Amino acid sequence: MNADTFDFLLNGEYWTWSNYDSFPHRILEHLHYSALALVIAFVIAFPIGLLIGHTDRGSFFAINVGNAGRALPTLGVLMLVLVLVGTGLMPVVVALVILAIPPILTTTYAGIRSVSDVTVDAARGVGMREWQIITGVELPTALPIIFGGVRNAVLQVISTATIAAYVGLGGLGRYLFDGLALTDYPRVVAGSVLVAALAVIIDLLLGLVQRLVVSPGVDGRASKGRRGRRDASAAATAVRTVEEVSPATS
Amino acid sequence: MNFFEDVREYLRVNHEAVVQSLLDHIWLALLPVGIAFVLSLPIGWAVSRFGWIRHPVLTLSSIIYTIPSLALLLLLPGILHTSILDPLNVVVALSLYSLALLVRTVVDGLESIDDQIVQAATAMGYRPARRWFTVDLPLALPVILSGLRVATVANISMVSVAALIGIGGLGQLFTRGFQLGFYGPPIAIGLVLCVALALLADTIIVLFQRLVTPWTRAGSSR
Repeated sequence: MNADTFDFLLNGEYWTWSNYDSFPHRILEHLHYSALALVIAFVIAFPIGLLIGHTDRGSFFAINVGNAGRALPTLGVLMLVLVLVGTGLMPVVVALVILAIPPILTTTYAGIRSVSDVTVDAARGVGMREWQIITGVELPTALPIIFGGVRNAVLQVISTATIAAYVGLGGLGRYLFDGLALTDYPRVVAGSVLVAALAVIIDLLLGLVQRLVVSPGVDGRASKGRRGRRDASAAATAVRTVEEVSPATS
Repeated sequence: MNFFEDVREYLRVNHEAVVQSLLDHIWLALLPVGIAFVLSLPIGWAVSRFGWIRHPVLTLSSIIYTIPSLALLLLLPGILHTSILDPLNVVVALSLYSLALLVRTVVDGLESIDDQIVQAATAMGYRPARRWFTVDLPLALPVILSGLRVATVANISMVSVAALIGIGGLGQLFTRGFQLGFYGPPIAIGLVLCVALALLADTIIVLFQRLVTPWTRAGSSR
């Protein structure tokens, strides 16, 4: 980062509310697209992942959505939806929803599957109903892994929401594409720094929420073991579960 | 169907440009995976060997992963003193992402090995270097290769983003369709080729994995 970029970032004109191209405006637009897409994706993917994980029926579907979703280029999806329905907010949101569904769906599924059968049987044995098992046993235990997937989805959506500006909408991508069009490199760098900072800050906030929401008994904070290690190995096991099932079913 | 007629016509007129985009896409996506794979093995080894660098290395790798790809592509020219249109930016950016992902899976893979096997190999007189290459590494391969699959597929879909700033690859078919006034055929061709390429690369790695890790299927198939 050079002095020009700092000048641009610290320019008072870009921090006022009245300027429509100001940072606060663009950040709010960016968060608006991202949040809209994430809420829709969560409402679709979370219940399906929960159901597939709990019943273990349709795991083929969950794994393939995950694999196919990773392969789909979001830019292509955006353009395709643009061709089909025309310009506006809709194509951007649809493309971002398609981007966010796979990580949420696969980690919800993998998280629920990672709960030990013994634990679930014990819950059934003490007389819990299926719904109580899902909400009271499986979900709290799977929460660290599910959080991992949601945070991944949030990161990807915030990173990718920059493409909204390419098709004429706002958001932080505006600085990138306007800067490129005007060959105003400091503007491009300032925009990039802002997107990166936004992504990192939101991820840190979600990490904080995760600490508050996940039971200390689940992520190992209650025992004296090192937390990071337990987290990592749980996530690794989940990933392995997904990967191991896939060659057998496909 | 009218649309398929259009696709055929577009391919007839532009097949050279389409093939060029496909070739650009392949090397822009796969070269970084190769670079990252070669680098991730010694780094992963060091992390599993020297516990104290574990936390800094894994933290750094998750920080790299949080940087948006388009932002990184536009920030790198300032750091590397390249031009914005230099494909080197794409290669460096994607290598960083792949490396961040692969280091983690190499560490996971090496830590998944049963310690008794390693002790048995040592007791049989394997020297550390030979033991690492002939015992540790093969046993870690299933996990490492699953990471390689994720990195490869992610890279193939991520290269498209480079088209937004004017670098080649199948993403150019998307921007072409956009610039032609929301013209469907190039977009559809780009999407199909991109997904097909990802599936093909994924299948090749899976077949390679079956070939080099026959023991993982022993017993289960009988």
